[in-house]
Parts: sequence; structure tokens; C-alpha cells
Amino acid sequence: MRKTIAISSGAMALCLLVTPALAEPDEDQLVINGDLEMITEADAPDHLEYISTIYSGWRFRTDDTQAFQMDDFDNPAMLTVDKAADAYSTVEGDAGESCASCHGDVESFAGLGATMPKVDEETGKLVVMEDLINECRTERMQADAWTWSGQDMQGMVAHIGLQSRGMPVNVAIDGPAEPFWQQGKDMYYTRFGQLELSCANCHEDNYGNMIRADHLSQGQTNGFPVYRLKQAKLISRHNRFRGCIRDTRAETFAEGSDEFRALELYVQSRGNGLSVETPAVRQ
Amino acid sequence: MNFTRRETLFVGMGAVAMAALPVPALASVEDAIAAFTGGAETGSGGITLSTPEIAENGNTVPVEVSAPGAVSIMLLAAGNPNPDVGTFNFGPLAASQKASTRIRLAGTQDVIAIAKMADGTFMRASNEVKVTIGGCGG
Amino acid sequence: MAEGVKPRVKVPKTASAGEAVTIKTLISHQMESGQRKDGDGNVIPRSIINRFVVDFNGQNVIDVTLEPAISTNPYFEFEAIVPESGEFTFTWYDDDGSVYEDKQTVDVS
Repeated sequence: MRKTIAISSGAMALCLLVTPALAEPDEDQLVINGDLEMITEADAPDHLEYISTIYSGWRFRTDDTQAFQMDDFDNPAMLTVDKAADAYSTVEGDAGESCASCHGDVESFAGLGATMPKVDEETGKLVVMEDLINECRTERMQADAWTWSGQDMQGMVAHIGLQSRGMPVNVAIDGPAEPFWQQGKDMYYTRFGQLELSCANCHEDNYGNMIRADHLSQGQTNGFPVYRLKQAKLISRHNRFRGCIRDTRAETFAEGSDEFRALELYVQSRGNGLSVETPAVRQ
Repeated sequence: MNFTRRETLFVGMGAVAMAALPVPALASVEDAIAAFTGGAETGSGGITLSTPEIAENGNTVPVEVSAPGAVSIMLLAAGNPNPDVGTFNFGPLAASQKASTRIRLAGTQDVIAIAKMADGTFMRASNEVKVTIGGCGG
Repeated sequence: MAEGVKPRVKVPKTASAGEAVTIKTLISHQMESGQRKDGDGNVIPRSIINRFVVDFNGQNVIDVTLEPAISTNPYFEFEAIVPESGEFTFTWYDDDGSVYEDKQTVDVS
């Protein structure tokens, strides 16, 4: 026992390193509600230079965590989606409008979630779902904007995204999107923080390996907003980006910043071909 | 004593794992059980507790407990600051004495279920659940 | 009343007499444990749903005592006997005195 104590502090430092263990995602198939088959593994899109197969984050989770997403009743995200469905048809703001009074049934948004973010043709700006929602709220409804990661906002992002569930992610990366995509790609491969880690160091070089007790995924965003068991609420893409960059001990970008919009486009494009899983459940 | 690098790593990891185990609130666990059983002995068998071997996050851990013929089942988390989790009392229209829920575990610890049977006896089951922490301390 | 509490209940619409049916329930609730502190280091007071009761036509199915170790958005799954056509009532009791209720009818053919 004495020898154990003497060397344990050195070993503790070693434990922080990524250690090879379960090297691969599992072979489970995601079928939701018994009938909606999801693509959780696909050939990598052509633009990816260093990996040949892309996997949904669902494939890296334990069976118990996976089960939360296999039935909509077991998926706690649906509580927030239910509230968003109520908000969708509720008149709010000085213009006397609701989402439904312009857009009709929410099913009219089928497909949109699979192609966001995209460049607004009029302004030339890259916009994400949160931008579209807040623009409607402030311009057309004359209501207050929602905060980025608030449950009102993320519930609505999930409610609209759910209409594309099962469709393959297919964001455009060329044409007007190209400079934003390139900006996001540059960020993805840039080392941040005192730990000097880029997104790629974990999610491209080491997916499938363990970082301490965590089974590293490819960091795909096709299931966002996700219900994270840790926070027990819907988490936005930008909030997750922020958490990752913070954990490299860096000053992070703000939710809703142009940097994170660009990163969102790039990371989402790495999942082109996976099914939209919104709203997914993760650990 | 000479250690290879690999031996050093394994021995050291064992020590880290041991150090990470929470100190169970033993006194309050026994108190909670005594309050439920009235101090009666607890037997084993006739009760099934299903828990994950490894929980990816301690905040939401699925558990299922089943004790055919039970009147009520109490759940305890031995390593939580307050070990009480909840009690299922089964009524006449319960089709089985089985229930599932999701619980919070402060760390790796034993989850305990005590069933009060219709004849007044008590049965006990216990599982260890390993609770992992995120990769980046987040 | 805690803000935005919303129950979800999954019960089959029909059953045969005496059939055992599986019921799932979920309710949105923070289940503030009383163990957390706010940004200023003050303990956030406990605020949970402390009891959940399910009856069918006035007869009890299950009566659950909840402690702060039950997760945010409490979830329960259990089995009930449906002896005849009637109504399930689901009742959640909040620490703050609020009571949340849902009802589901089942037809026995």
C-alpha cells in the first residue's frame, strides 16, 4: 500500500491523458418510436480530408443514455417542445401575431432544419435558426427577442428542427456560404486556450477514445438542440461550443457571435448525410 | 521496488479510483432503513433492482425496481448527502409491484431498494452504480 | 405555482377488462434539491414535487413519495389494471402547495 501512495500523484497526471480503450462507436441502430429509422453512420462528405466515416454522437453513448432518445415519451426534450408548440400558436407582441398566423402549421417548416445555417440572400449574412426566430419576433410580431440559450428559444429551435427529423443534414458550403464555411473551418483547426486544443484534437484525432471517463464522439451537431442529462435542459449549439472552448481554458466567443455562426455552419457540414435527430439526448 | 511504466499506471489508477469513492453516509442510511422497517431484519430475494453499471451522468440515472407481492418499495442512494430517494406505495389497481424512475447520484455509490412485503417481512437489494464525470471537468 | 409546469401522460385509449396496461408519466419541474448554491454562495431553497398519486375510478394504483434525489422533470413508469371503462387521474403535489392534475379516459371493449 505504501508504494501505491508514493506513486499515485504521478499516475494521476497520466490519467488526464487520452487513453486508448473502446476504440469505436458501437453497432447499435437508432430507431425512434419503433418506426423512424435514423442514419447514424454515413460516408464522410467529400470536403472532409481526414476521416472517411461520420457517426452520430448517439453511437458513442451507453445503452442507458441511448434509450432516452428511442421513444419520444422517454425523451425529456419533448416537454420543452410541447411548450414551444403552445407558444407557436400564441399571439404575442404589439402586432397581434403568432408564429402560426404567418406560417400556418409548423409542418410547413419540414426540411428547413436540415439546411440551416444558410446565407440570407438580401443581407448576405450567415443566419442560424435562432436568428430567424428572433427576427420574426422583433420585426413581425413586435415582441421581445428571446435570449439565445433560453428554453423558450431552444424549445422553438427544437420544435422547428423536429419537422426535419430523419432527413439527411444537407447544408450548403459553396457559393455565398463559402467564406463563412472557410472561417468556421479555420476555427475548427485552431488551437485555443491554455490547453492548446483545437476541436479537431478531440473530435477528429481521438473520437472513439476515452478522455478520462468520457467516450469522445465526433462532435456532430445533427441532434441539436440536445437535452443534456447533465444540465437537464435543452442545450444550444453555441452553448456547447462555448463549453468546449471554455474547457480548453480559453476566453470563449459569445453565443450568437458571428464566429459561432461560422463554426456552426462548418461543424454542421461535417455531418452532411447524417439524419437530423433534433431533439437528441446526450449525457 | 522497480515498476515498469505500465505497472505504475495501473497501481496509481487504483489509488485514484479508491480516493474518488465518496464516503457513504452510513448512519443516515441505516436510520432511513430502520424507519421504514421498524428495525425488522431484511431478507434477500424476491426483489429485483435494475440500474446501469455505469451512468454517463449522475444527474439522470434510470432505475427500475420490482418486488412481486410488495406493499411498498423504498429507494435509497447510500452516497448522496441525503440518502432518501423515494417510496412507491402500490394500490389495489397496481398490475405489478414494479416501477421505474430517474434519480440523481452524487457519485459512484450503492443504490438500495427495500421492499415491504404483504406479510410484513422486508427484502433488500443493492447495486453499485459507477458515475462518470465529463472529459474536460465540465 | 412553479412556472411552466406541464405534465405528459401516456396511457392506452382502449383496453380489455382486467388488462394490465403500462403507464408512463413525465412532468416539467426543476426539482430544486436544496443542495445547490447561487452565484453569491447562498443555498437555493428546496422546491420539489413531493408526492405523485395515480387513481382509477377512485381506486389507487400507485402513491409515490418523492425526495430531492428524483431527477429534474420527474419520470415514472408502472403498470395498472383496468377493470372497467373509466378515468385515470394523475396528481402531482408541489412543495409550494400547487397541485397539478391530468386525466385520461380508457374504454374497455
